[in-house]
Amino acid sequence: MLSSNMVALAYLIASVLIIFALKGLASPVSARRGNTFGMLGMGIAALVTLQLDSVQNYAWIVAAIAVGGLIGGVTARKVPMTHMPQTVAFMHSLVGLAAVLIAVSALYDPVAYGIADSHGGLHVASRIELFLGTFIGAITFTASLIAFGKLQGLLSGQPLVFAGQHPINLVLGLGMIGAGILFCVNGAWLPFLIMLAIALVLGVLLIVPIGGADMPVIVSMLNSYSGWAAAGIGFTLGNNMLIIAGALVGSSGAILSYIMCKAMNRSLFNVLLGGFGGEAAAAVAGGAAVGERPVHSGAAEDAAFLIGNARSVVIIPGYGLAVARAQHALKEMVELLLKQGVDVKFAIHPVAGRMPGHMNVLLAEADVPYDIVFEMDEINSEFADTDVALVIGANDVVNPSAKTDPTSPIYGMPILEAAKAEHVIVVKRSMAVGYAGLDNDLFYMDRTMMLFADAKKACEAITQALD
Amino acid sequence: MDVVNSSLQQAAQVSADSAADPFILSFTVFVLAIIVGYHVVWNVTPALHTPLMSVTNAISSIVIVGALLAAGPLEMNLATVLGLIAVGLASVNIFGGFMVTQRMLAMFKKRK
Repeated sequence: MLSSNMVALAYLIASVLIIFALKGLASPVSARRGNTFGMLGMGIAALVTLQLDSVQNYAWIVAAIAVGGLIGGVTARKVPMTHMPQTVAFMHSLVGLAAVLIAVSALYDPVAYGIADSHGGLHVASRIELFLGTFIGAITFTASLIAFGKLQGLLSGQPLVFAGQHPINLVLGLGMIGAGILFCVNGAWLPFLIMLAIALVLGVLLIVPIGGADMPVIVSMLNSYSGWAAAGIGFTLGNNMLIIAGALVGSSGAILSYIMCKAMNRSLFNVLLGGFGGEAAAAVAGGAAVGERPVHSGAAEDAAFLIGNARSVVIIPGYGLAVARAQHALKEMVELLLKQGVDVKFAIHPVAGRMPGHMNVLLAEADVPYDIVFEMDEINSEFADTDVALVIGANDVVNPSAKTDPTSPIYGMPILEAAKAEHVIVVKRSMAVGYAGLDNDLFYMDRTMMLFADAKKACEAITQALD
Repeated sequence: MDVVNSSLQQAAQVSADSAADPFILSFTVFVLAIIVGYHVVWNVTPALHTPLMSVTNAISSIVIVGALLAAGPLEMNLATVLGLIAVGLASVNIFGGFMVTQRMLAMFKKRK
């Protein structure tokens, strides 16, 4: 068996490999090698732990790894890319649950972890760490399950708001902390279990008021929580490997949450308070003028004429594209245009899709090469020189009132400046409002042509007309 | 000799007194890892934010190290059973997370 110094060094190597796994994601070229580093690091960490003297229960452990690995592997192969957000949410819940189980097990038998005091109980420091790891893990577990339910459509995506919601959460939060402090003082089971139960309930209550389209923020935030839960367990066990990996994941999720909030011009606090979709419904009811203004609408052939004669086309895909399963039809169209010498680019808003970077994966799955896909900041300056901006399934992210109308609820949100292109074509099924419940001035411009159709059929019809 | 010995003893005493609490050492590692994470993650291209989430998912399943310790003893009791369940859950994430990341990354291709 390896000496404890060797074990610590092996954990160091594993930690460095995991840092390189994240570093690789700086570009699609290095990302795959990075992922291999990550797997290697995880493998080393697991093998080194397996060879410890205290780990003897091999038959059962191998069985547990085999069952879990099989489920994970099959899921990874089968899951459609449109379902990535809920898959990731579900996996977060597993990390949370695992952290809770480990914490309970550590409290039940501290000797097995080598963290017991002289009476076979836990030191006060260990109790504090156990408290933190348990409640973060428990909240991650149930909150992620609710997020999964909402994304999968098992639960309504509508925010669930009721009177006294925030005071109730506050009281529960204080109760949880109180029980946790009591546990830290006396180390007894009862306050621990009360704390755990409240944390599980809080996880549910914190997510129910949040609407479906705010889920990118929530999934990122739970990503962060799952990391902090791992780090908390690492503190309990005095294991640097867990602390390092947990801290990396924690800061990664926090940064993603920040990026998502910024892309919606909302604070994390505002998202967490919830109810955003509810306000939107009220705004629609109030805005009776929607649809009464004249628009220019055209057929797929008209759109094909504009696109076919353009030098440069920028396509702005939104989640509606994925809902209509139009990625492949769109890719056929793009391929034809590229063949005809048209300069085609994609412009991606950070909140396009249901999780950070979701639209990029959906386009990559449809074989759209990543070097014609651009982020908002990279491409916004190019719209003024663009002949046709083609908006498919996106709405709020191209709404000019985010720039021009200080009274608009989305004022200040960064947008893709499609309105600056010479022509704008908007593929949309109807004049229905987007997630924010707002009318969109872009649709009423003289240079805008509305193509009322299902995104997939529209792409197919345009391709046919182009050919 | 006695003088040397006593000064050695003193030195040993001083170093034992000044040795930090293990928590402080862990906390040092924790803070430094957050800073490393901050810098590395800001460098991740936005196009790969979904793979970033799936791979961090796999990475947070490093809790399998704790689960293995819990499941380790041959004598089965509540702690061991919970540990085994946690090993299974973490394995779902490790295999699922890394494999789905690999699958996504393989889709990102340059223009031919």
